Amino acid sequence: MKRAISRTEFLFIAITAFIVIVLLPALNAEGIISNFHLNLWGKYLCYSVLAISVDLLWGYTGLLSLGQALFFSLGGYMFGMYLMLVAGPFGQFAQSGQNPNGLPDFMVFLGHTVLPSFWRPFASFSFSTLMVVALPGLLALGFGYLAFRSRIKGVYFSILTQALTYGAALMFFSNDTVMGGNNGFTDFRYILGVDVRSASTQRWLFIASAVLLLGVYMLCKWLTGTKFGLVQRAVRDSETRVLFSGYAAANYKLFVFVLSSLIAALGGALYVPQVGIINPSEMTTEKSLEAVVWCAVGGRGTLVGPIVGAIGVNALKSWATRNCPDYWSFILGTIFILMVLFVPKGIVGGINDCSAWFTKWKKGREPDSTILEEITEPAASPSQS
Amino acid sequence: MPRHRPIFWQLLACILFLSGMTLQGAEPPRAVIAKALITEDAEEQSKLVASLAGNTDPLIRDLLTAWKEGTLFIFEAPAGLAGFTEGEKLAVTLTGEKDGEEKQGALRVDTAEVLKDGEGKAIRLLESDLSAAETDSNLRVAMKGVLDVFALSAADSVSRLKVVTQIGLDQDPGLLAALRAREKIEPDAGVRRAIRQSLAQIELKNEDAAIRIGAVKELGAMGSISSQDALKELVRNATAGDGTEVAATAALKAIATHVKWVNFYGTFFRGLSGGSVLLVVAIGLAITFGLMGVINMAHGELIVVGAYTTYVVQCVFGPGLALSPFGMKIALPGLNATGAALDSYFLVALPLSFLMAAAVGLALERGIIRFLYRRPLESLLATWGVSLVLQQLFRSVFGSNNVQVYSPSWLSGNWTVFDVILGWNRVFVIGFAILIIMGTWAILNKTPLGLLIRAVMQNRAMASCVGVRTERVNMLTFGFGSGLAGLAGAFLSQLGNVGPLLGQDYIVSAFMTVVVGGVGSLAGTVISALGIGVVDQSLQQILLNPVLGKILVLAGIILFLQWRPAGIFVTKSRSLEG
Repeated sequence: MKRAISRTEFLFIAITAFIVIVLLPALNAEGIISNFHLNLWGKYLCYSVLAISVDLLWGYTGLLSLGQALFFSLGGYMFGMYLMLVAGPFGQFAQSGQNPNGLPDFMVFLGHTVLPSFWRPFASFSFSTLMVVALPGLLALGFGYLAFRSRIKGVYFSILTQALTYGAALMFFSNDTVMGGNNGFTDFRYILGVDVRSASTQRWLFIASAVLLLGVYMLCKWLTGTKFGLVQRAVRDSETRVLFSGYAAANYKLFVFVLSSLIAALGGALYVPQVGIINPSEMTTEKSLEAVVWCAVGGRGTLVGPIVGAIGVNALKSWATRNCPDYWSFILGTIFILMVLFVPKGIVGGINDCSAWFTKWKKGREPDSTILEEITEPAASPSQS
Repeated sequence: MPRHRPIFWQLLACILFLSGMTLQGAEPPRAVIAKALITEDAEEQSKLVASLAGNTDPLIRDLLTAWKEGTLFIFEAPAGLAGFTEGEKLAVTLTGEKDGEEKQGALRVDTAEVLKDGEGKAIRLLESDLSAAETDSNLRVAMKGVLDVFALSAADSVSRLKVVTQIGLDQDPGLLAALRAREKIEPDAGVRRAIRQSLAQIELKNEDAAIRIGAVKELGAMGSISSQDALKELVRNATAGDGTEVAATAALKAIATHVKWVNFYGTFFRGLSGGSVLLVVAIGLAITFGLMGVINMAHGELIVVGAYTTYVVQCVFGPGLALSPFGMKIALPGLNATGAALDSYFLVALPLSFLMAAAVGLALERGIIRFLYRRPLESLLATWGVSLVLQQLFRSVFGSNNVQVYSPSWLSGNWTVFDVILGWNRVFVIGFAILIIMGTWAILNKTPLGLLIRAVMQNRAMASCVGVRTERVNMLTFGFGSGLAGLAGAFLSQLGNVGPLLGQDYIVSAFMTVVVGGVGSLAGTVISALGIGVVDQSLQQILLNPVLGKILVLAGIILFLQWRPAGIFVTKSRSLEG
C-alpha cells in the first residue's frame, strides 16, 4: 500500500512552504514583520523539527525516548563549539589583553591558557557541521544497539533514555569537561565571516530552518509511506508478531532511533545560532518531555501534528510567560493531563476523528472499513503480564 | 564527691570574704587571680596562674577567659581618693550599666564586691580611663594549662574528649600529671582511650629513647590517626641508632593500614546509608511501578508532599506558620513547644506525611491513573503533567526557596566507632529502611490485602473473575505506594533542605533502582538500592569526582541491563509481552 502524496496535500505543502521560506523572510526584509517575531518563529521551526523526531520514534515506532532533548542540544553544542571558537578573539578577555590565544571567554575564566585538543578541529565550519550529525548519531547508534539488542522496550526504554540524558547533563554541567559548565555557550559573534546577530543572518538562519523542516517533513512522509514505514508501525502495534514474521525488529528500531537523533541534532544546530545560547538545562528529561507534549498535543502518528503542537504550545508558552509567568506550569501540566485523558490522538488526530464521525453521520450508516483501519491503540503495552 | 566541690568552694569563699579573713596557703582562686592581675612581674604572674591548676572552681574558667578576652581591668587609684593610696592598683570588672556620663559601676575581682571608696560610696568609672589587663604568650600558655586541666573535669564526655585530643596534639609535657590523674578516675571508655593516646603523644617528646619507643609502639597499636604528623616529625628528627626511627616507621605503617580500613568502612557505611535513602525513595515506586506497572512521574512530588508535611508539622509544634497561597492568607497557630516536646514532632510527622501523600496518591489514582492502566506510556505523560502542576503548587504555597526542617536532637550528632564517624540521621535512615522493607513485606505477604494485591497485579482479569474488587485493590495499592513516598519525604527532610524540586533529584535514580532490581521484586529493589549506593560511594572515593562517579554508575546500569535485561530478579511469567 504505497501512499503517494495526494494532490491537495502537495498543494497545501507547497503553499505553506512558499509562505514560510519566501514570503515571511521577504516581509521581514521589507520591515513588515519584526526581527523579533521572525526570530521567534525560527525557534518554533527548530522545535518543530525536534517534535517530528519525537513523533518518528514515538508516534510511528512506539518508542518513547526521553533523550531527544539530549540529541537536540548535542547538535547545538557541536555547532556552538564552532561559534565559540570564532567568537573567542573578540571576547571580553581578548579585548583586555588577557587572552592572547583567543580562547573562548569561559575557558579563560576557568584558567585555561591553551585550547584543549578536542576543541581544535572545531575551528573549521565543515568539521563542526560534520560533528553535528556524527556525534549524536554515533551515540544513538551505540546506545540503541545496546538497548535494542537486549530487547529493552516500552517504559524500560523510556527510563533508560532518561538515565542517559541525566548522565549527559551531569557531564555538561561539570566544569571538568570544558564545555562551558553551568552557563554553557553564549555571546556568539560571527558565523562564516558574517555577524550572527545581524538581521540578515538571522533571516538566512530562519530560511535554513524552514528548509530543514520541509526536508525532514518530506523525508518522513516518504519513509513512513514505504514498506519500511509499514514495518515500523507494525513494530509499534505488536513487536512480537513482527519478530515472528521474520523481521529483525531491533534493526528497524535502531535505524529509526539513529535517524531521529540526527534530525533532532540538525534542529539543535540551527536552534543555537538563532537563540544565541545553549546550556545543559536544555538537555534535561523535562525538555524531552516537553517535546513529547508538543507531539501529543498536535497529534502523534501524523506528521503535521508535531508541527502544529510545537508551534501551538510554544506560542502559548511565549504568551503565558509574558502575561502570567507563575501559571505556565499549571497550564502546561493541565493541558497535558487533559490531552492524554480526553484527546489521546491530539489536535490533528481529533480533527481526523471528527471528520470521520462527520462522514459517518452524513452517510448515516456504520463505520466502513477505512475507519477500522485507523489505528486506535498505538502505544505498545509491555507490562501487562 | 567531686561534683559538690565547686559549691563547697564558693560557700567557703563567701564565708571567708564576709568575715574579711584570708587564709594562708588556701587562698581562694578569686584572690589569686586578682593578685596575679596586679602583679608587675611576668614570671610571678605566670606562676600564680599556674598554681590554680587542679582547682575545679568554674569561677577560674570564667575569670581567666575574661582576662584573655580583655574584659578585666586594672583600676589605679587617683590622688586624693579616700581609702586608697595614690597609685594603688585594683583588678575590677565593669558592670556594663552605663549612666548619663557613660560611667559604669565596677566590681572588685578579689572580693566580687562593688568598688567603693573609703566613705562607702560606689566609684563609677569610664571604660576609656582604665587599662585592660594584658596577657603575654607565657601567661597565655599558663592559662591554657589551667583551663585544659579544668576542662578535663567537664561534666559531659564530648567536651572532655575534645580537650584530651587537643592536649595530645599540643604535646605539652606539663599536662602529663593531670592526664594521668584523670585517667584513673575517668568513667568513659572512649575518653580513657583518648587519654592514653594523648599521653603517648606527649611522651613522644620524652628525652628517654625507651619511653619514646614505648609511646610510638602504643600509638601504632592504637592506630592513632591524629598522631601521624607527630610520628612523621619524629622520623625526620630522629638521631640514628636509638631505634626510634624504626619503631616510628613501623607505627606509621600500622596507622596507614588502620586508615585504609577506616576509609573502607566509612565508604561502606556511607554507601549503605546512601543506598538506604535510595531504597526508601524507591520502595514506593517498586509498588506503583514494579507491581502495578504505572509509570508515576509524580512520585518525586509525592515525596515532596511528605517532606512539606513534616515541615508544616514542625512549624505547628514550634512557632506556627503563615502561608499565602494565591493571595489567600493562612496562618497556622504554633504550639510553641520546646525541648523534648518539640523533638517529638517527628513522630507525629511520620504518620501524617504517610497519610497526606497517600491521600494525594489516591486522588491521583481516582482522577487520572485508573483510566490509563492499559496505556503505561501515557500514564507516564499524564503523571508528568501532574508533577508540573504539583511543583507549581508547592511554589505557590511554600515559595520557591528551600525551607529548613529542624532535626530532632536525637537525630543530630554523630556516633564514632573505631574512628569511623556515623551520623545519627544516617544510622537512623538505615534502620528506617529496614523497618519499611519489613513492613512492606509483611503487608504484601502476610495480610489478606497483600494477597489481593498480589493476585490483582499478577493477573488483573483473572482476579476480577474470581470476585476480587480490582478497582478497589488498585486504589489501595497505589495509595500505599504513594504513602511510602511520603515517608521517604519525611526522611529526606532530615538529610537536607526541602524545596519544590526535591523530588526531581531522586526520581531518575529511583526508577533506575527499580528497573535494575527487577520490576515486581521487592528483594531485587533492596539489593539494587544498596548495591547502587555502595558502588556510587566507592567510585566517589576512588575517583574523587562525584559527577564522574554518578555518570559511571549510570553507564554501569545500562551495561548491566545488557546482561540481565529484566533486572536482578526476574518475575517468571508465561506472558509473551512480559
